[in-house]
Amino acid sequence: MSDFETIIVGGGLAGLTTAYLLAKEGVETLLIERGNFAGAKNVSGGRIYSHSLEKIIPGFAKEAPLERRITREKISLMTADSAVTADYFAPASSGPGRDSYSVLRVDFDQWLAAKAEEAGAQIVTGIRVDDLLLRGGKVRGVAAGDEMTADVTVLADGVNALLARKLGLRAKLSPAQVAVGVKEVIELPAAVIEDRFQCGGGEGTAWLFAGRPSGGKVGGAFLYTNKESVSLGVVCTLNGLTAGVTTLPQLLEDFKGHPAVAPLLAGGKTVEYSAHLVPEGGLDMVPRLFTGGALVVGDAAGFCLNLGYTVRGMDFAIGSGDCAARAILQARQAGDYGAEALSAYQNVLNDSFIMRDLKLYRKFPHFMEKTPRIFSGYPEMAGNLMAQLFIVDGEPSQPLYKKVGSSLKEVGALNLMLDGMKGMRSL
Amino acid sequence: MSVNVEEKLGIDKFRVDENNAHIYIKNDPDLAEFYKLHLACPAGLYKIDDKYGCRFDYAGCLECGTCRVVGGETVLAKWEFPNGGMGVEFRYG
Repeated sequence: MSDFETIIVGGGLAGLTTAYLLAKEGVETLLIERGNFAGAKNVSGGRIYSHSLEKIIPGFAKEAPLERRITREKISLMTADSAVTADYFAPASSGPGRDSYSVLRVDFDQWLAAKAEEAGAQIVTGIRVDDLLLRGGKVRGVAAGDEMTADVTVLADGVNALLARKLGLRAKLSPAQVAVGVKEVIELPAAVIEDRFQCGGGEGTAWLFAGRPSGGKVGGAFLYTNKESVSLGVVCTLNGLTAGVTTLPQLLEDFKGHPAVAPLLAGGKTVEYSAHLVPEGGLDMVPRLFTGGALVVGDAAGFCLNLGYTVRGMDFAIGSGDCAARAILQARQAGDYGAEALSAYQNVLNDSFIMRDLKLYRKFPHFMEKTPRIFSGYPEMAGNLMAQLFIVDGEPSQPLYKKVGSSLKEVGALNLMLDGMKGMRSL
Repeated sequence: MSVNVEEKLGIDKFRVDENNAHIYIKNDPDLAEFYKLHLACPAGLYKIDDKYGCRFDYAGCLECGTCRVVGGETVLAKWEFPNGGMGVEFRYG
């Protein structure tokens, strides 16, 4: 007899979703979180795509502590002193399951934890799981001060994935596959946010920046509007960062001081400084996802997709929790939690949006890494082109094709075309 | 503007486990490898100065794991999460 049918390690979105779904079906479920509450250690850039949670808790957006519904998308190419920005505003285009929200994880994760507890899951906090119990080649529970046994253990311990690593399911993380994000939450009155970011009450802006913010290396910056704050940060791959000359905290400070950004933050007060690793390797960094008695979900499984214009992790975490719960329920019915029975998890995942999207965009992380011009080259080109178009100084003007031509010269028209084609093929 | 990371960390809530460092660095680490952590650590905990050389303090750690990925085999002697309930405690996240 095991102490629990399921033990889940980690109170993030993947673990909490698994706990909620299993408890709802009457599975004896214990979730162990090392922080003092679920969410205490959790950080995200700040936007959740609602579709996967909408399927699990229909209408969740009405009750969950979300910040703002994102109705404006902006992308900027930045040099040291310029920004060329695309702005997409379509407040009526999304509905439940198609929309996205800015979110602050401490409140949001505690809400989902309360849902899991209401459904009957037990959550213990302030306990660190040190190791897994292995018996007869199968995972049989966890060591966390005391030993606790379970029929199946769900590894939802986040991007560092220490437990999956101990089991040999995942290789060492490589600095090319992982990015580090650093973020500030900056308080501003709701009315100021709505004025500066041109959004109605309850609506908000998501804004991504490429070029200068990451020092010209693979990475970028982000800004999400919350109800009464903005989440603002810089993300860089570890390879890019360690090959540069500027520290990550300094990159963030420089971004905050950029002439296109500083006025948006004026009068704001920083209320938190945080950091988090992001698994950005795509499908190639996904480990083996199951073994006898254990499954890997969420960031621990490397489920994340950064396409430059969309960054997704939380919807994957929730989706993978859903898949894990379904596989565990199947195994439970069969009374068999061996590796073969739990391979159902892989099958459920393969049929889900997670694996389909990761497979579709498999080549994209390589494209980003191998195309430095995206981060250093094209932002300058865009800035030069705009300067050619918009600056009138009384000198004899040039025909448009010459203006465009001279902006393209630095990068090279051929490079632009080839990069464009490669980029399209990887998307 | 030159960044003041200590000031930013001062805003955050920490429960520092005074009796148990969750990260140790090796004695006399390779300077080039240490410099990578100096660049990448979001909390600026890997300091280099002329007088004392390489210095590290685990208080203020944001528990991201960057140093483990970059310097796990070169600079670090030990990396684990802080004991349960200790370390940074986010209020926004």
